[in-house]
Amino acid sequence: MILSLRVPLRWRTGRLGMTFVAFLSALTMAGTFPGLAEDAGEPPKAKSAAVPAAGEKKLMRAYYLGKKYEEPLPLSYAEEVIEDKGVQGARLALNDANQAGSFLGNRFELEEGIVPEDGDVVAQAKEALAAGHRFFLADLEPEDLLTVADLPEAKDAIFMNVRSSATKLRQEECRRNVFHIAPDYAQRADAIAQYMIWKKWPRWFLIRRDTGKDQDYAAQVKRAAGRFGGKVVEDHLYKLPPGARNLDSGHQQIQTQMAEETQRAPEHDIVWVVNSDDDFGDYLAYRTYSPRPVVGTQGLQALAWDPSYTEYGAMRFQNALPKLAKRQPVERDYLAWIAFRSLSDTLKNTGSVDPKEVKAYMLSDDFKLAAYKGQAMNFRTWDHQLRQPIILGGGTRVPVTTSPQEGFLHPKYVTDTLGFDKPESKCKFK
Amino acid sequence: MKRFSLATACATALLLGSASVAHAETIFVSNEKDNTITVVDGETLKTIDTIKTARRPRGIVLSPDFKELFVAAGDGDIIDVIDTKTLKITRQLESGPDPELMDVDPDGKIIYIANEDDSLVTIMDIATGEVLAEVPVGVEPEGMAVSPDNKYTAATSESTSMAHIIDNATHTLIANVLVDSRPREAKWSKDGKELWVSSEVGGTISVIDPATWEITKKIGFEVPGVRPEQLQPVGMDFIRDGKMMLVPLGPSNRVAVIDTAKKEVVDYILVGQRPWHGELSSDGKKYYVANGLTNDMTIIDVDTLKATKSVPVGRLPWGVAVMPGKPDV
Repeated sequence: MILSLRVPLRWRTGRLGMTFVAFLSALTMAGTFPGLAEDAGEPPKAKSAAVPAAGEKKLMRAYYLGKKYEEPLPLSYAEEVIEDKGVQGARLALNDANQAGSFLGNRFELEEGIVPEDGDVVAQAKEALAAGHRFFLADLEPEDLLTVADLPEAKDAIFMNVRSSATKLRQEECRRNVFHIAPDYAQRADAIAQYMIWKKWPRWFLIRRDTGKDQDYAAQVKRAAGRFGGKVVEDHLYKLPPGARNLDSGHQQIQTQMAEETQRAPEHDIVWVVNSDDDFGDYLAYRTYSPRPVVGTQGLQALAWDPSYTEYGAMRFQNALPKLAKRQPVERDYLAWIAFRSLSDTLKNTGSVDPKEVKAYMLSDDFKLAAYKGQAMNFRTWDHQLRQPIILGGGTRVPVTTSPQEGFLHPKYVTDTLGFDKPESKCKFK
Repeated sequence: MKRFSLATACATALLLGSASVAHAETIFVSNEKDNTITVVDGETLKTIDTIKTARRPRGIVLSPDFKELFVAAGDGDIIDVIDTKTLKITRQLESGPDPELMDVDPDGKIIYIANEDDSLVTIMDIATGEVLAEVPVGVEPEGMAVSPDNKYTAATSESTSMAHIIDNATHTLIANVLVDSRPREAKWSKDGKELWVSSEVGGTISVIDPATWEITKKIGFEVPGVRPEQLQPVGMDFIRDGKMMLVPLGPSNRVAVIDTAKKEVVDYILVGQRPWHGELSSDGKKYYVANGLTNDMTIIDVDTLKATKSVPVGRLPWGVAVMPGKPDV
C-alpha cells in the first residue's frame, strides 16, 4: 500500500546571479509509483491501452533557458520580489508529466540553465544544444530569444516563449522554431478593449512611459481602438521621474501629481496606463482628476493567470504550485507550466520525441491543451501564438471578467478576436 | 401459517403503499459555494431542508440501501455522511485531502474516493472508516465508478487524461486508458460490458471495452450556432433502461441525448447555465440536472425529452442524488 504522494522534492534554489543547473527528473517521483522506483523508468505492470507507443519507453528532455534580468521593483515594499517566476511552473508540469508518464512508460526531465544578468545566454544555449537538447522553455527577452533561435544548430529545436509579449516576435520577427505561450500585447490590449466596448466606455485616455515595451503596448491599444470602435483621446507621456516608493510623505506628492497629470485630458471614460517598469501606474487609481477606472499594465490588467482566478479546476494549480514553490503562482509560472505541458501532452498522445513530429502535432487540429480555462487551447499556425482566453483582473479579489467578450464573433476560434488574426499577420516564417 | 400470511399481507400493503406514491422521492443537490445540500421534495419540487456541510461539497452519492448520503467536501478534506431519514450529519469519513467524487460498491461496504489534490484514490471501509488502500493514479482524479459486478473501479484523472482501472480485489491498477483531455466522469453500462468516459475539454465521450481496455468508439458533439469549445461533456446518466444516455454539456447550457446502441447523439435539450451533473428520478421518468451558474435545477421529462421546469437550489449547484421515499422531517 502506497501511503502518500508527498515526496520531498529535491531541488535547490540557486543563489542570485549564479548559474545553476538542476536535474529534475522522474527521480523526484521515485518510489512513488509501482514500477517507477529506483530503476527509474520501468513502466508499471498495468496494461496501457490505446497508446500509440505502448510498451516503448520514451524520454523527453526539456531545458529551461533563462536569464536573471533585473525584475522591476514592486511599488510597495510589502510585496516581495520573486526570483523564480516561471521555472516553478515548469517544475510542477514536470511532476505532472512524470505522473502521467509512469502509466505509459514515458519519462521526462527538466534541466535548468538560468544565467546571471551579465551572463552569456547564447553560450548557455549552445552548450545545451550540443548536449542534445531540442525542447526549450525560453524565459528570455526578445533580443536574446532571437539570437538563440537563430543559431544554426537550433534550427530543428523548439523554443517556447514563456516571457515576452513583444508583438514583433509574432509579426515581422516571427520564427519557425519559436512558439509563444505568453500572450502578446495585441492579445492583452484587445482583451481589455473588448470589455471596455462591452461596458460602453469607448474613450480612452492613454498615459504611459516611453520604453520599448510601452511603445509596443501603446501601439496595440491604438490598434484595438481601431478594431473595436474605441478612441484614444490623448496619448500622454508621463515624464516625472520615478519617485520614492509609496512611503513617508511620498503619497502626499502622488496625490497631487496624479490629479495634475490627468486634469487636462480630453473627455474620457477610462484611463489606460502603460507602464511596463511598474514605477507609477499603481498611483493612478483613486487619484485621477475625474473619477475614472484605470486599466492597462496596472489597474484592471489582461493576464493569462491571476491570483484570484478559480474557474475550471484552476484551484488545483493555485494549490499545487505553492506546495512546490512556497509562494502563490504568478503568470509566468502558468505560462511555463503550459509550455512544458504542450510538449509532454504531445509525447503522451503521439509517442514521439522527434522535434519535427512534436512540432507538427502541436500545430495540428488534434492538439487540444487543457489548462484551466474551460476550453481546449491550441496554436495559431500563422505565427505560433497560443490561442487563449485572457483574464481581466490584477489586484481584485475576484476576476472581473474573461475575454473574448460575448458578442465578439469569429468564424473559427473566438479567441482569434484577440491578437493578430490570420489576415493581419505579418509573419513570414524564415 | 398465520404469521406467514400476516407477513405477506404486510409486504403486499407496503408494496401497494409504495406503488401508490411511486413518485415520492427526495432530491439532494450539493451547492459548492454555499457549503450546503438542498433537499427537494420530488412531488412538490419544494425545498424541504438545507443541510450545512463541510466546505466545498461537490460529489454526492447514496448508499445502495439509500440510508446514507455521502458528501465529498473538498476544502473540508472530509466526507460528510448524512442520515437520509433525519437529514443530519451522523458521522464523517476521513477521506484524505480534497475529495471530489466517489462511488460505493454494490454491497454498500466500500467507498472509492478521488482525492483531487493528491492524485490518489482512497479505498475505505464505510462501516469502520478504515482506509484499506490508497492507489496512486494520474493528476487530479475525479470520476469514480465501481463496475456492476464489483470487480473493477474506474477513476479518471483530469490532468493526466486517463481512465485508470483498479482491480477491487487487489487494489492495484490493471489498466490505464488514455482518453481525450480532461476526463470528468466514468459510467459503466448496466451489464458492465461498456465503460463510458466523458472528456470535458476534449469534447468527447470514449466508450471502452473492459475485455481489452481499448476504446471502441468516440462520440463527439455538434450544435449549429454553438462554439465547439463550449460543448463539454461532464456528467453521464443512462435513461430508458440503458437505451439512451443524457449528458450535461457545461457551458453550452445543454444536455445531449445519446442513443447508446448506435452511440450517436440524437438530440440536445436546452437547460440552465453550465449543467455538469444530473440524476434520474427513481421511477426513471424524470431527469434532474443542476445548473452551476444559474443556481437552479432543471427537470427534464424522459419520455418527451423536454425541459419542463426549473427550481431554485443553492449557489453553484454541482451534483444531484435521488432517493425513493421521503425523510422523516
